Amino acid sequence: MGSTKTKTHDEQVTLLEQVIAKYQGQGRKALMQVLQEAQAIYGYLPLDVQRTVADGLGVSVAEVYGVITFYSFFSLNPKGAFEVSVCLGTACYVKGSQAILEKIEEELHIKAGECTPDGKFSINACRCIGACGLAPVIMVNEDVYGRLTPDQIPAILAKYKEA
Amino acid sequence: MSMNKVKVTIDGVTVSVPASYTILEAARAAGIMIPTLCYMKGINEVGACRVCLVEVVGGRSLAASCVSPVTEGMVVKTNTPRVRATRKSTLEMILSDHNRDCLACIRNGNCELQDLSELYGIRKISFEGAKSPTRYDDLSDSIVRDSSKCILCGRCVAACKKQDVNVLSFINRGFNTAIGPAYDISMADAPCTYCGQCIIACPVGALHEKEDSERVWAAIQDPNKHVVVQVAPAVRAALGEEFGQPIGTRVTGKMFAALRRMGFDKIYDTNFGADLTILEEGTELLNRIKNGGKLPMITSCSPGWIRFAEFYYPEFLDNLSTCKSPHQMEGAIIKSYYAERKGIDPKDIFTVSIMPCTSKKPEATRDEMFNPALGVRDVDAVLTTREIARMIKQTGIDFNKLPDEGPDQDLIGEYTGAAVIFGATGGVMEAALRTVADILEHKDLLDIEYTAVRGVDALIKEAELEIAGIKLRVAVAHSTAAARKLLDAIREGTAPQYHFIEIMGCSGGCVCGGGQPQVHAQVLMDIDLRAERAKALYEEDLLMPERKSHKNADLDALYKDFLGEPNSHLAHELLHTHYQQREIYPDSIMGE
Ligand code: SF4
Ligand code: SF4
Ligand code: SF4
Ligand code: FES
Ligand code: FES
Repeated sequence: MGSTKTKTHDEQVTLLEQVIAKYQGQGRKALMQVLQEAQAIYGYLPLDVQRTVADGLGVSVAEVYGVITFYSFFSLNPKGAFEVSVCLGTACYVKGSQAILEKIEEELHIKAGECTPDGKFSINACRCIGACGLAPVIMVNEDVYGRLTPDQIPAILAKYKEA
Repeated sequence: MSMNKVKVTIDGVTVSVPASYTILEAARAAGIMIPTLCYMKGINEVGACRVCLVEVVGGRSLAASCVSPVTEGMVVKTNTPRVRATRKSTLEMILSDHNRDCLACIRNGNCELQDLSELYGIRKISFEGAKSPTRYDDLSDSIVRDSSKCILCGRCVAACKKQDVNVLSFINRGFNTAIGPAYDISMADAPCTYCGQCIIACPVGALHEKEDSERVWAAIQDPNKHVVVQVAPAVRAALGEEFGQPIGTRVTGKMFAALRRMGFDKIYDTNFGADLTILEEGTELLNRIKNGGKLPMITSCSPGWIRFAEFYYPEFLDNLSTCKSPHQMEGAIIKSYYAERKGIDPKDIFTVSIMPCTSKKPEATRDEMFNPALGVRDVDAVLTTREIARMIKQTGIDFNKLPDEGPDQDLIGEYTGAAVIFGATGGVMEAALRTVADILEHKDLLDIEYTAVRGVDALIKEAELEIAGIKLRVAVAHSTAAARKLLDAIREGTAPQYHFIEIMGCSGGCVCGGGQPQVHAQVLMDIDLRAERAKALYEEDLLMPERKSHKNADLDALYKDFLGEPNSHLAHELLHTHYQQREIYPDSIMGE
């Protein structure tokens, strides 16, 4: 999703308008495509972007929201500088990843899918990331941590808090 | 279009049916009932629930009959061990994630899921699956959402789409899939018209009206309250269904008899308010035409339509007639004129409106429907047809054996045939034309049936008339989807210059409003509910001694003795209102 931080709000608005203009008249059919391009501009899809897309394509906000929440590659919330992905795949789940997730939520005071107000951390509950041998697994951006217990979480997060 | 027919054999019965039929429809033609759950003719034909599976000889897997077309020579079996076992386990699967609280459920006894469970002899649920997260939302004045009862059939989503409002969507995925507005916000904050078509479509108890019957019982039992009830025209065309009468049976007489036995102090017909509306609205129309006012003027009787305009077409708010809807007018008259004549303090009067409509509930609680001078609301409680049916049953009255009675006859008891047809699409237009034509022509015209504006087949109807040398162009739209089409055409300048437009929020008009009895999807395969119910109203119109609103003698007295004349200052104060633009998903509803 690249260098979203570098665009100003006005630039983003203009870009989104251009995207919508490009698909004018196609309505519902263009919804997926427009949302993908909108997410590339904003990095995520907040309510005002959903409203703009809905108006532009002549669909309802509920339809837009339905599509966003159906596909895991769309996000309602911004991503933090550090994205903490918690695997909830079967192997990890069996080995207690739910408790890991809860510990992370508690430490960061946000829920899965949300971003801390300072923009530093976001939590993403994801499906199997192919490291089942290490279950339960989390990733912080590219760094993988395996065979975790909840009490290891604060130390891991601390490293990034200082970064 | 050629009516190609094909021969299919279903459970040994060979029938010849149109090639466009599904297996489900062909089976029905052969007299074989295939169960359905997600299917609703013309609304939801998606093959999602797999309850309607059948075996097609030669096919490998079972087919969902509601979406599988017939083909020449097809042989179908609907009752094999495999079909029965699969249907049963599909049902058990649905029931395993269902809040099976039938005893305390609003749909107990009228639930498509309960019926199927009974039909398939479900005695225990083999797998007790995890229950998905649920949401109970009763914050709006109109619609309650209880997702613990939801089976994700999608009928409500499709009904809302048919209305072209699209408030409800499938949201989230997998185990967390639910139906709701964006962000799963409350229906109180959603850009919803409260038309209730989603309730009508729901096969289970996951969507229903906010109930007000306990408040009404309390008022009836309170010796200090003078409880005045009024009933909308469309109610008489459907109430009988709740008591096992055939669809389309007119139960006007029994309805009034039941209300009298329930203990209401005074019983009136909203038809009086409808006649009053015609005088106010007809006068407003003639004034707008004469004085270059905003045209086309659009009717304002349907609160679902009003909310639709406020959310989605605010630039048309000045086109709306300023008239309150008939029951609000009648409520206002009861709390003023009636109270004064009877010597009752308006604060001691409790007005109840029995309506075919779920949008009338929040209409009655709007700020504009409060009379600050008297310190009272026009209408204190609104009950749907379904709610009054439940209340009648609670009293132990044998509805079908009741004698025929009428409303009370003093002060505001009279009504005309013009008012009765308000409940069907085109009815308000026709009633208005009957009066406007007489006024303009200065005579008592005999030709009063405006059939061009009747009927349900076209969602938008048009007519051009010439009355006393004046050319009048009118249009009628039913359903918010039709309203959207018509208004878009006007906005783009592709529509003719209309003078007067009738819009009702629900297809067919109030007879198919969101507060009317829910009819099983299987029954809806054979009939057009809108037309059946409308017949009852046109029949009553024919039976009335007076069929024009301005011939209502009680109404005449109301103007002579109290209001002065239509659109007088007092009439404006009591009977007219204004509208406000509403924001769609404003940031403020997002909380935090
Ligand atoms: S929705 Fe139907 S099956 Fe479910 S609890 Fe209510 S009556 Fe019973
Ligand atoms: S009440 Fe009407 S507008 Fe509102 S969600 Fe239901 S169908 Fe849609
Ligand atoms: S609320 Fe009712 S109609 Fe809508 S999906 Fe659930 S069960 Fe089906
Ligand atoms: S299940 Fe977690 S890595 Fe595969
Ligand atoms: S799949 Fe046919 S009724 Fe649901």
